[in-house]
Amino acid sequence: MSILLNEQSRIVIQGITGGEGSFHTREAVNFGSKVVAGVTPGKGGTDLDGMPIYNRVIDAVEKEGANTSGIYVPASFAPDAILEAIEAGIKLIACMTEGIPVLEMVKVKKALKGTGSCLIGPNCPGITTPGVGKIGFMPNFIHKKGNVGVISRSGTLTYEVINMLTNLGVGQSTSVGIGGDPIVGSTFVDMLELFEADPETRLVAIIGEIGGNAEEEAAEFVKERMSKPVVGFIAGQTAPSGKRMGHAGAIISGGKGTAAEKMKAWEDAGINVVVNPADIGKKVVSILSK
Amino acid sequence: MKIHEYQAKRIFVEYGIPIPDGDVANTPEEVREITNRIGKKVVIKAQIHAGGRGKGGGVKTADSPQEAEKVAREIIGMNLITHQTGPEGKRVKRVLVEEALDVEKELYLGIVIDRSRDQEQPVIMASEAGGMDIEEVASKSPEKIIKVGANPVVSFSSFQGRKLAYGLGMDKSIVSKASKIIEMLYRIFMEKDATLIEINPFVLTRGGDLLALDAKINFDDDGLYRHPEIKGLRDLDEEEPLEVEASNTGVNYIKLDGNVGCMVNGAGLAMATMDLIKLAGGEPANFLDVGGGATAERIEKAFRILTSDKNVKAILVNIFGGILRCDRVASGIIEAASKMNLNLPMVVRLQGTNVEEGRKLLEGSNLKFNVAEGLFEAAQKVVALL
Repeated sequence: MSILLNEQSRIVIQGITGGEGSFHTREAVNFGSKVVAGVTPGKGGTDLDGMPIYNRVIDAVEKEGANTSGIYVPASFAPDAILEAIEAGIKLIACMTEGIPVLEMVKVKKALKGTGSCLIGPNCPGITTPGVGKIGFMPNFIHKKGNVGVISRSGTLTYEVINMLTNLGVGQSTSVGIGGDPIVGSTFVDMLELFEADPETRLVAIIGEIGGNAEEEAAEFVKERMSKPVVGFIAGQTAPSGKRMGHAGAIISGGKGTAAEKMKAWEDAGINVVVNPADIGKKVVSILSK
Repeated sequence: MKIHEYQAKRIFVEYGIPIPDGDVANTPEEVREITNRIGKKVVIKAQIHAGGRGKGGGVKTADSPQEAEKVAREIIGMNLITHQTGPEGKRVKRVLVEEALDVEKELYLGIVIDRSRDQEQPVIMASEAGGMDIEEVASKSPEKIIKVGANPVVSFSSFQGRKLAYGLGMDKSIVSKASKIIEMLYRIFMEKDATLIEINPFVLTRGGDLLALDAKINFDDDGLYRHPEIKGLRDLDEEEPLEVEASNTGVNYIKLDGNVGCMVNGAGLAMATMDLIKLAGGEPANFLDVGGGATAERIEKAFRILTSDKNVKAILVNIFGGILRCDRVASGIIEAASKMNLNLPMVVRLQGTNVEEGRKLLEGSNLKFNVAEGLFEAAQKVVALL
């Protein structure tokens, strides 16, 4: 078991013929992912390394049994690509695209409601389940199969944490980057809920950052519903107010969304907060060996 | 992206939102002419992006064209310091001259994106506590703020305007007028990809008119590609020059007050690196994310930007190579450092793909790099070099 990606996942890559799309598709295949098709409107009938390419997502669903999608299309086309995947009945959609206007995501989220589809991202590094497969940018070599769930709003910082765990001999059930935008398909709470229910996951490492209130919502969930231990770190303890720190969602506005408030909320909820990101691995090991 | 009050008011006018009679001026002479045309008492307002202009002496009234000219001479060219400008202040290049109004009531209207899980949509807010710092009102007396969520799939409905207008205690004779203004604000928000709109204060005059006395609009940087008319309103003088230069080269840079410059790939790791520097007893001089494709050229530009800050006394490079290979990054760093004759002490920490090759390249170069392996070790090493 794991969350999101499993043995039944049959992946279609939207934007497979683009530079990023084709590169990361090949990386994912090397990692063991079952990529069954690609979609690029206008390139239907061609293929990538023998993987059939279609004009429409619905064709990949009907002809190849695709039930999972990875999206690598430019920001101006990405909302449309997500909507197409939802309409085609794709159950798990990971969108890596950065730079989608926030109001477009507001509409996409309204469209998602009630469909039963789960969207990860946008502006995220994707999902990796070691031993099963991956969608997205996470480097292949950092993972190791195991029992720690990883959730994060960032990219390279997540790789650091996964790599740190792997080097300490601690494997992961699933690692998921939920994305750095103000509005994302799935929040910390959605992921915590899945990890809490996953028998393979024993502990969850969660990496938050400044801006918004996703960390506070996660705190509430952990306090009320989580039985598994959680280790957390919040990036941006030294970030100034009013500045967008790279990610569109990483901004302290009106004095709200600071690292200090979030760390306090997590501590109050019983999350094992580390102040120093270099200590995440050690903390996880010390809790697992108890 | 932020714009000036007078620019925001021009957008209001396009959408039929009433504003006071007035115009923008670059010189005291123009201020006199505008005041003369308005023919009554005026308010002269410094146009800078920061808030708190009144308290800083950037907003003054004048009874006559002569007095207006005199006041304008004090404001135009002044270095205006407010709680939002930082201690260095902002130089005032132009002012907005507007008729002074006979105000009965000062209200607040605003729209932001509510990021909470049960909303995730724009929220329109109104308050009777106009003219005050709304964040303070929100934390001290949240009951004074009335809210209505706005689902863009459903679009605006008149009840939303009524909910706020009646909630503000308005007389029924002006409710529909207020509701129309609220609807137009919502349309601006949606049609221009705004992330924040505020009218504070939104005033009711003794004559029963409703006007936007102030205007603030922030736009979504990610939406600018489809709004060339908004992009054109950007005032580069209001931004940190190094940040502008960085954004032109695709590097994400934010200047801070410390002396340890840092260069990192990825926003989250860049923030964490700043935190590590602080934990090691230093102060970060900047946030810098070189992005995914950290080529030698990009690295050189990033070095140039972060070393233009004269406070920088040591540099920490922290790169996690995933798809990006550490040996490539290492040769990029060596190339950039030798080309630039970079002689500040530097700690380089590489982790990830081809890390051994990368470290060997650094150690074998004739440039003096301090190589670190651990995350915290790197921060401690760079702080020790100060």
